[in-house]
Amino acid sequence: MNLHEYQAKELLKSFGIKIQEGIVAESVDQAVEAYEEITSRTGTDVAVVKAQIHAGGRGKGGGVKLVKSLEELKEHAGNILWMMLKTPQTPGGLEGPGKLVSKILIAEDAYRPDFDACKEFYMSVLMDRGSKRNVIVYSTEGGMDIEKVAEETPHLVHKEFIDPTLGIQGYQLRKIAFNLGLSGAAFKDMTKFVSKLYKAFVTSDASLFEINPCLKNAHDEIVAVDSKVSLDDNALFRHPDLAELRDESEEDPTEVEAKSYGLNYVNLDGNVGCMVNGAGLAMATMDIIKLSGGDPANFLDVGGTADAARVEQAFRIILRDPKVKAILINIFGGIVRCDRVANGVVDAYKNMGNINVPIIVRLQGTNADIAKKIIDESGLEVHSAIQLHEAAALVEQVLA
Amino acid sequence: MSVLVNKDSKIIVQGFTGKEGSFHAEQMIAYGTPVVGGVTPGKGGMTHLDKPVYNTVSEAVDKAGADTSILFVPPRFAADAIMEAADAGIKVIIAITEGIPVQDMVKVKAFIEDRDCRLIGPNCPGIITPGEAKVGIMPGFIHNPGRIGIVSRSGTLTYEAVDQVTKAGMGQSTCIGIGGDPIVGTTTKEAVELLMNDPDTDGIVMIGEIGGSMEADASRWIKEHGTKPVVGFIAGQTAPKGRTMGHAGAIVGGAEDTAQAKMKIMAECGIHVVQSPAEIGVTMKKALHG
Repeated sequence: MNLHEYQAKELLKSFGIKIQEGIVAESVDQAVEAYEEITSRTGTDVAVVKAQIHAGGRGKGGGVKLVKSLEELKEHAGNILWMMLKTPQTPGGLEGPGKLVSKILIAEDAYRPDFDACKEFYMSVLMDRGSKRNVIVYSTEGGMDIEKVAEETPHLVHKEFIDPTLGIQGYQLRKIAFNLGLSGAAFKDMTKFVSKLYKAFVTSDASLFEINPCLKNAHDEIVAVDSKVSLDDNALFRHPDLAELRDESEEDPTEVEAKSYGLNYVNLDGNVGCMVNGAGLAMATMDIIKLSGGDPANFLDVGGTADAARVEQAFRIILRDPKVKAILINIFGGIVRCDRVANGVVDAYKNMGNINVPIIVRLQGTNADIAKKIIDESGLEVHSAIQLHEAAALVEQVLA
Repeated sequence: MSVLVNKDSKIIVQGFTGKEGSFHAEQMIAYGTPVVGGVTPGKGGMTHLDKPVYNTVSEAVDKAGADTSILFVPPRFAADAIMEAADAGIKVIIAITEGIPVQDMVKVKAFIEDRDCRLIGPNCPGIITPGEAKVGIMPGFIHNPGRIGIVSRSGTLTYEAVDQVTKAGMGQSTCIGIGGDPIVGTTTKEAVELLMNDPDTDGIVMIGEIGGSMEADASRWIKEHGTKPVVGFIAGQTAPKGRTMGHAGAIVGGAEDTAQAKMKIMAECGIHVVQSPAEIGVTMKKALHG
């Protein structure tokens, strides 16, 4: 689960981390109020308008603007609110439809009073799968695309692995601050910043913290100017307060609905829908669709109980996509009996009236033969198969 | 022979009296698996499925000589249950549970590092040595005793591979479901190594998926030390970048952990890579018999 920038910053602030302060607005009037409040605190007319959507690269799409007066604030707040913001990370990228901006953050000028005395760093915390430890990734090259920095100047990206039982140690904090070229008060503040950041990461069961830029200002304070936080969905039971921050409007509505039925669904661009039990087999089924000349329209794992109700919900969700020209159902029955799934398919089909695309049902495992008979004798326009290669051939046939 | 579990294992079920635990323990016992009892805190002294229930894992080790444990413990208590098993001296711990928080697994991994035990999973179907012991949730009847070892991150896709191997006239020595989470106790490489060293395994099926570097690590090891044919498949050739595909660990992060990149490395390391999951069985037959 991802947080918005303003939510992520609130979380960091609750751990004593200094952030670029800001106020959320959902209308131009609120933005004006926020601007007046923020600028009265800072004593300058400068502020930043930042679109709040779950995607990086917001600046590239015009979703982040520096304003130097109330007039500029009104203009940019008006433009950014309710725009369809396209960034390299929104669905379809810069060519896609973009994401609707329904909230903006009016943030203070974190670079005051002396822009030239500031320095930007990059800092993130995540779990490293190779070492099975948390790692702090940091760089002197802040405010830039870190993947690009890692590719072009890998020696400028540093990693500090943390012992899971001991937590982060003092020498590690000092090493990070030294490697970032800091001294004096800024050095000391950086060690405190990283210590608090790591504590916040572990305590909130996060899967990613990314502070970019992480700023050293003219007062030698370390400030989180932007922050991206992803939380581990599996740990939200420990954090009911954080679970409430979920913004479902940022997620694909069909995927949210599928989840409410216990279906694991990911929408894709292809022409053949699929319904499978098990994530690995679902990915393998998508691959088979591709090898048979189609393109998968979705990933859909129906889970362990593929009964009639669930099969029907899955059908309805897949068929909502007008690009779907065929559906492949691939169930390997273990604990789930194939004859029950077959009955589920027949019932769902009858309940739904007319399904206008060809359906291929491949049922293997427990009672597969009985299942094939049920499908074949149902009188429905359904092709049945038992072997995987037979199902692949049928996909090819219906697409031809 | 086989690896990890066999007819002489002394197996306990953690979460024995729960719904999931009861259902699968019953299936395991019906298969002939040597289950010696179970653990449910607070229900020690009871008898369940004609087997003794213990309050703690160490009690099960002391009284029943347990050396293997399978866990059907809910996600929020699973890390604790794994550590309890490791601390009690259980040698093979099989965690079926899906949805354990990642930070819990970071701690578990560090906890078991210096202990003499092997963790399989979590988020896995378990292990089966056909004809001897089914320590998992897989359908027993699709398996046949034989000489092909199978390693996989998935559940139903493993069954698919097993079924194809059986239909191609071969059987399985041991099938190891290592699990679909970002942190698993036993990696692809470690599982392959066990089977490579097993005198009763002639060939290995290695099934991976997008995300992480476990298959690439295993492939490089196989290139150096492999003595048996390996057939490999990676699920998720059509998966988009940055989306989690069901398994928490199945997510493409960079250029290195796509299905295509992994399959390329596998082929370079001498593994018989199949493009279609429908060809696993026949390819293994060809690799063994030419």
